[in-house]
Amino acid sequence: MKLLNLVKQSILTPVGIQDSDIEKIMSRLLSSPVDAADIYFQSSHSESWVMEGGIIKEGSHNNEQGAGVRAVSGEKTGFAYSDRIELPVLLEAANNVKSIVRQGQEAQVGLKQAVNWPQYYPVANPLKSLTDQQKIELLQKVDTETRKLDSRIEEVIVSLVSAHESILVANQDGSLAADIRPLVRMNVTVIVEEKGRREQGSMGGGGRSDYNYFLEHERALSYGKEAVRLALVNLEAEDAPAGNMTVVLGPGWPGILLHEAIGHGLEGDFNRKGTSAFSGRVGERVASDLCTVVDDGTLQGRRGSLSIDDEGTPTEKTVLIENGILKGYMQDKLNARLMGVKSTGNGRRESYASLPMPRMTNTYMLAGQHHPEDIIGSVKKGLYAKNFAGGQVDITSGKFVFSASEAYLIENGKITRAIKGATLIGNGPDVLTKVSMVGNDLELDSGVGTCGKDGQSVPVGVGQPTLKIDGLTVGGTSV
Amino acid sequence: MQNQEEINRLKNIVQDLLDEAKSQGATAAEAGLSQENGLSVSARLGDVETIEHHCGQGLGITVYFGQHKGSSSTSDLSAASIKEAVSAACSIARYTNEDKYSGLPEKERLATDFPDLDLNHPWDLSVDAAIELAIECEDAARSYHAEISNSEGASVNTHQGIHVMGNSLGFLQGYQSTRHSLSCSVLAQRGDSMQRDYWYSVSRNAQNLESAISIGNKAAERALRRLAGRSLSTRQCPVLYSSEIASGLLSSFIGAISGGNLYRKSSFLLDAIDSQVFPEFVHIHEQPHLIGALGSAAYDGEGVATHARDIVSDGILRSYVLSTYSARKLGLQSTGNAGGVRNLTIDPSALDFQGMLKLLGTGLLVTELMGQGINIVTGDYSRGAAGFWVENGEIQYPVEEITIAGNLKDMLKNIVAIGCDIECRGNVRTGSILVEQMSIAGE
Repeated sequence: MKLLNLVKQSILTPVGIQDSDIEKIMSRLLSSPVDAADIYFQSSHSESWVMEGGIIKEGSHNNEQGAGVRAVSGEKTGFAYSDRIELPVLLEAANNVKSIVRQGQEAQVGLKQAVNWPQYYPVANPLKSLTDQQKIELLQKVDTETRKLDSRIEEVIVSLVSAHESILVANQDGSLAADIRPLVRMNVTVIVEEKGRREQGSMGGGGRSDYNYFLEHERALSYGKEAVRLALVNLEAEDAPAGNMTVVLGPGWPGILLHEAIGHGLEGDFNRKGTSAFSGRVGERVASDLCTVVDDGTLQGRRGSLSIDDEGTPTEKTVLIENGILKGYMQDKLNARLMGVKSTGNGRRESYASLPMPRMTNTYMLAGQHHPEDIIGSVKKGLYAKNFAGGQVDITSGKFVFSASEAYLIENGKITRAIKGATLIGNGPDVLTKVSMVGNDLELDSGVGTCGKDGQSVPVGVGQPTLKIDGLTVGGTSV
Repeated sequence: MQNQEEINRLKNIVQDLLDEAKSQGATAAEAGLSQENGLSVSARLGDVETIEHHCGQGLGITVYFGQHKGSSSTSDLSAASIKEAVSAACSIARYTNEDKYSGLPEKERLATDFPDLDLNHPWDLSVDAAIELAIECEDAARSYHAEISNSEGASVNTHQGIHVMGNSLGFLQGYQSTRHSLSCSVLAQRGDSMQRDYWYSVSRNAQNLESAISIGNKAAERALRRLAGRSLSTRQCPVLYSSEIASGLLSSFIGAISGGNLYRKSSFLLDAIDSQVFPEFVHIHEQPHLIGALGSAAYDGEGVATHARDIVSDGILRSYVLSTYSARKLGLQSTGNAGGVRNLTIDPSALDFQGMLKLLGTGLLVTELMGQGINIVTGDYSRGAAGFWVENGEIQYPVEEITIAGNLKDMLKNIVAIGCDIECRGNVRTGSILVEQMSIAGE
């Protein structure tokens, strides 16, 4: 397989590691009676460029490589990593991690290629998709065009980031799986001022693609326009209301609701351990019958997509909630084995230096029947929240928050005034039971999401159609 | 005790980096290198769950060609990789614009005095002993009460690192430091109400860690006291931030007076220097040379000497928090804060936690905050919260699924008192903080 050879050339050849070396390390790992073992090799190159104050201010290049070695027995995991990909170092690591189980006999392992799987993104290096001069010109163009949009603009900050990562996973059955993952991201922040009042607006996007993504459909310039629009809306914003009210969420990025309110609670580790508010609830109603929610790693070129996860399992479109009924959890290998199900291809890790765990990819709700304007028209008094800054959840109590950064009052079926950002708080297991209308306008976010869990960050996507929730607590100041 | 031989070996690598930068034409350069080793062990339901051996390293370099800047970093310390890292940084510097504020610190501001801050206390802890300690901690939590129903486990972490930095002005320094922690997280259940909470201890010296049993007991107690929480009706009332979370208020304040936000004019405390930001009794200062503390260091991320200094006295903002670059942008001098503040301290009153509850009288005690709802440009503040409703100084019942909101400018000005129940586990040392009035949103 071509991809596997490419990855071997990029990670293993420069450090002189052969297939026979991987077999040696794996044999060492399997010399104890483990249930599973893997060796994860990674090499990544990334860069970032920042334009601020009208000049190209900063640029940096990062090069990272290393390997992680893991052995699992029952619920126990032994793990060691090193940024030196050298046989003696990795054999020592294997010795350390297999001590999780007691002595056994050295086993023999023969490597083989894993079965083929579909690719959801190109393998080419995004760092090289434009020359450095072209990257600079792109930043300058966005900066210049954005500054022209309004006289109230005080500052424009544009950043351009990309990464090219190769991974190789050797599993205990001798299978080798490899992936090459591009990722690009652009962000524009503007600061505006009028009569002494200052506000900020931010917009960005990207995906598993190369820099040309930002040139298509004038995306780069559209981020600048949107950032200015958001900042200007907030200049007019009045104090947000406080209390429980009907909330209409716009399409796309507000899908962060799904990520926080139910996504984390449906990750296999929490449910295997019984620490999630959703534990033991498969088959039960957790949402109104208008709601079908999936986690889908197979979308072409999306920020949260993966051809295979970090355990070498091909990703899937996993149905989490179907017509309101909880269907299943997102699994990595360890938790799937302990729960007697199959991995759903959600085993992800931040890097070779951390252990994999069940993580989301692209999480979204499928479209419904309603026209968005009918949804807003049905609300006598409430809140329309269109953009969000981030969120958090306590998976045990089920309480979650997400913070609106663009919101409006709805009065008598019409959007009236812009209001300041406010945090919305709710209870994960019941918030979706209060969904009374689902729009026909499913959108995915623009490619900006990063999810944190146990200190590990991974890129993710979210999406949803316009949604009406009959009652959510809005944390404004206007009591 | 410092392993001088290893520090010298890494200093040589940093010097090689700086030399390489010079030979590739850089007029100035700054480089740093870190190496870290550690062990993390966790136990759950009475048995070991994970054993993780950590071994990481990384170096970073910034080069200047006049006032054009470029940076790069790598985890590979081989000679070839170092050369590549330097040329990557140099190549970037060809494309960045001239920035008249960029460059190394003034030589006279670099640290020349390197007191022993007592930051290095390796913990000779075997894997088996670590497992035993984690199990002891979790057992204490699980056996604390019948309503402790489940566990996320207890974990023991020990880390030792070496950090070396140097620049082309001749600064080249390095030190070893350690960090150890013990933590526990358990669940309590009563009927449909399930709650989780945790407790931890962290120190540079393992002998100063709180006992495993005490940590387990506190984790259990904290999970239990949250059971059967309810929401509140929407209202305005005074809010007491418990000491574990009060540091967040001060961190927001520090964010607003940090150079980066000031020169970008994205702070609610723009031009607030010499003005009344807090009530008169508030004194906030930095203690970077505190012996054995988590935030201590003799120099900042650029090698600039750190000093004990006042940031707020008599409630008046006396100084910003600046790096060399942000200081130059503002026409000021670096305050030795590249990389942040160190052991930020707010002086307490004589009131302990019970005294603070009495002073609160009737209102909300907040023990947990959720989400990022802080707008540093405007000071608008709106966050998810959990805690307890308090009447006449007595805790009544647990509260959850509410938000607290206000504007940081008003909140800082309306601080009523700071308790002497000081939290020392982080880089911010504060007691509980009582804020006169905030908006609560609930059912």
